[in-house]
Amino acid sequence: MSAESVRFSDERLAEIEALVKRYPSPQSALMPVLYMAQEDFGYLSMDAQQMVADVLGLRLMQVREVVTFYTMFREQPCGTYLLEVCTNAGCMLNGANELVSHMCDTLGISVGETTSDGLFTVTEVECAGACGGAPVVQVNNIYHEKATPETMDAFIVKARSEGAGK
Amino acid sequence: MTIPSDPKQVKQICFDRINIPNVNTLSVAREHGAYEFLPTVLKEFDSARIIDEVKTSGVRGRGGAGFPTGLKWSFVPRNTGKPTYLLCNADEGEPGTFKDRDIMRFDPHLLIEGMIMAGFALGVHDAYIYIRGEFLHEANVMNDAIAEAYAANLLGDNILGSGYSMNLTVHRGAGAYVCGEETALIESLEGKPGRPRFKPPFPAVEGFYGCPTVVNNVETLATVPAILKFGGDWHASIGIPNNTGCKIFSVSGHVNKPGNYEVPMGTSLKTLIEEYCGGLQHGSVPKVVIPGGSSTPWLLAEHYDTPLTYDDMVKAGSMLGSGAIIVMDETADVVALSRRLAHFYAHESCGQCTPCREGTGWLERIMVRVENGQGTEDDIQVLKEAATHMAGRTICALADGAAAPILSMLEHFPEEVRARLVEKAA
Repeated sequence: MSAESVRFSDERLAEIEALVKRYPSPQSALMPVLYMAQEDFGYLSMDAQQMVADVLGLRLMQVREVVTFYTMFREQPCGTYLLEVCTNAGCMLNGANELVSHMCDTLGISVGETTSDGLFTVTEVECAGACGGAPVVQVNNIYHEKATPETMDAFIVKARSEGAGK
Repeated sequence: MTIPSDPKQVKQICFDRINIPNVNTLSVAREHGAYEFLPTVLKEFDSARIIDEVKTSGVRGRGGAGFPTGLKWSFVPRNTGKPTYLLCNADEGEPGTFKDRDIMRFDPHLLIEGMIMAGFALGVHDAYIYIRGEFLHEANVMNDAIAEAYAANLLGDNILGSGYSMNLTVHRGAGAYVCGEETALIESLEGKPGRPRFKPPFPAVEGFYGCPTVVNNVETLATVPAILKFGGDWHASIGIPNNTGCKIFSVSGHVNKPGNYEVPMGTSLKTLIEEYCGGLQHGSVPKVVIPGGSSTPWLLAEHYDTPLTYDDMVKAGSMLGSGAIIVMDETADVVALSRRLAHFYAHESCGQCTPCREGTGWLERIMVRVENGQGTEDDIQVLKEAATHMAGRTICALADGAAAPILSMLEHFPEEVRARLVEKAA
C-alpha cells in the first residue's frame, strides 16, 4: 500500500472533526480514529499510522504506543474471515482447546496463520466476556456462541462458497 | 432477610425489563417505565438528596471492588473550577464476567437513564461509556439508543426543559484487560496505553485530564433509576445489611444452564447453582468454585452453602468480585486451568511494574513445565515464592489476580500438582 492510497475520504475527515469535539483533547479520539483507519485500509500500516498522527496533530510515537499496546489494532493484514477463538477459563472448560485444534486441522494452518487463499485467519484470544455461551468464536467481531466443530465446519464451508465469488 | 423461597418472586433491579422484546428501542422501553421518573428527579431532587438516597440504599460498586457508591460520589469536590466527568466502566474483561453485556445489548436505556441521574447528581456535563472493543454489537446498540435519547431531548442541551445538559459518548477499548482498572481506563480514554496510575490522587479528585472523575460499573449505574424511584430504604430492604440489593451473577463452566442470574444478595451459592443453573454437569458438589472472576481465590465443596455477599465471601477466604462464578466439577484439570490463567495474566500485564511484568512470565513458564510433566519440586517452591512476592507490590491488582489461582492450586490441590512432576511422571 503506497502512502498516496492511505488517505481518509472527505466524509471520514468530517466524521473525525465531529468526533474530536466530543472530547476535551484530540488525543482522546486516537483509538476511534485508528478503528476507522483499520476499517478503511484493512490494517494499520506505518503510512496509515502516520496519517492518523497527522490528522490528530500527534507525534507518530504517540500513535505507535497505542497501536502496539492494544491487541485489536493490527499492523499486518489478516484473512477475509478473522476467526478468534476464546480459550480462557469458561471456554476451556467447555471444549475450546479441542475446537481450535479442529478448526486448524480443517483449514490446514496453525494458530496465528492465514490460509493460502487469504480467506481465513485463526487466532486464540483472551476472555471475550460471553462465558455463558462458551465456547465463543468471534468472526470479524460477530460472536458465535456455543460453537462446536460442526457449527464451525458449516461456517467455513459457507464462507468458502461466498468468499470464492469475491 | 427478604429472600423469597420461590425464585420467581424475586424482584429484579437491572434485569426487570430484560426479556421484553425490543426493549432496546426507546418507545418500547418507555412503555415499560424507562425515563418515567426522570422528570421528577430533574425537577424535585437536588444533588445532596440523590447522593443521600444512594448512600441509604447501601449499593456497593458492582464492578468488583464493592466500594459504597454513595460514598464514592460524596468524595467529588465541588466548585473546583474544573469540569467533572462521569465514566461508565463497560470494559468487562475479568474472565468469567459477562453481565454488563446483557444490560447494554438488551436494555441500553436503563444504563442511559442511570447515567443521566448520576451525572445530574454530580454536576457532570460530559459522560462517557468505555466499552471493551470486542463488544462491537453492544456498542452499536448503545449508540442507537443514545441517538434516540438525544432526539427525545433526554440527552444534550437542557434535558426535558430542566436546564441541565449532558452529553454521552460511547468509546471503544481495543483489547486490554488492564483497562478495566479505573485509572488505566482513564489513561486509555485520554488516547494512551492503558497503564494504571498511582493512587492517590484518586480519580474523584484528579482523574480524566486531571479533573474530578467518577468511574462506575454498568450494573452500578443501572441500579440508580430504581433506587431513586422506589427510595434508598426500599433498596436497603433487599438482601442483608451491608450487602443490600440484588446482584447479577454470571455463572459459567461446568453447569447445565450457564448464564446471568440476578438474585437478592445473600442467596447461597448452592441455591444459585442448583435452582437457577440446573446443577453441575457431572457429580453433585463442585470441585472448585471461583466466585468473583478469575482473580479471586478458589472455594471448595465445603463452601457450597456460603451466602453470596461481599462479607461472606471474604469470610470464606475469597471475594465476591464482579459476581463472575466459574464452576468446575470433578472432571476439571486444575493444573491446566491454572496454566491457562497464568498465560492470561502474563499476556495482559501492562509491564510497568517489575514484579508483575517479570512475575507473570515466570508463573506461566513454570506452569507450562508442570502441565507438561517437566516440573520439579523446586518449581513448586519458585511458584509459591514468585506468587507471594508479586501480590500487593504493584500499582494495580493485576499481579494479585495472577497470584490467586496459583496459590489456590498449591494450597488446595498439592497432590494433583506433585503427580505431574518429572520424578513422578517418569
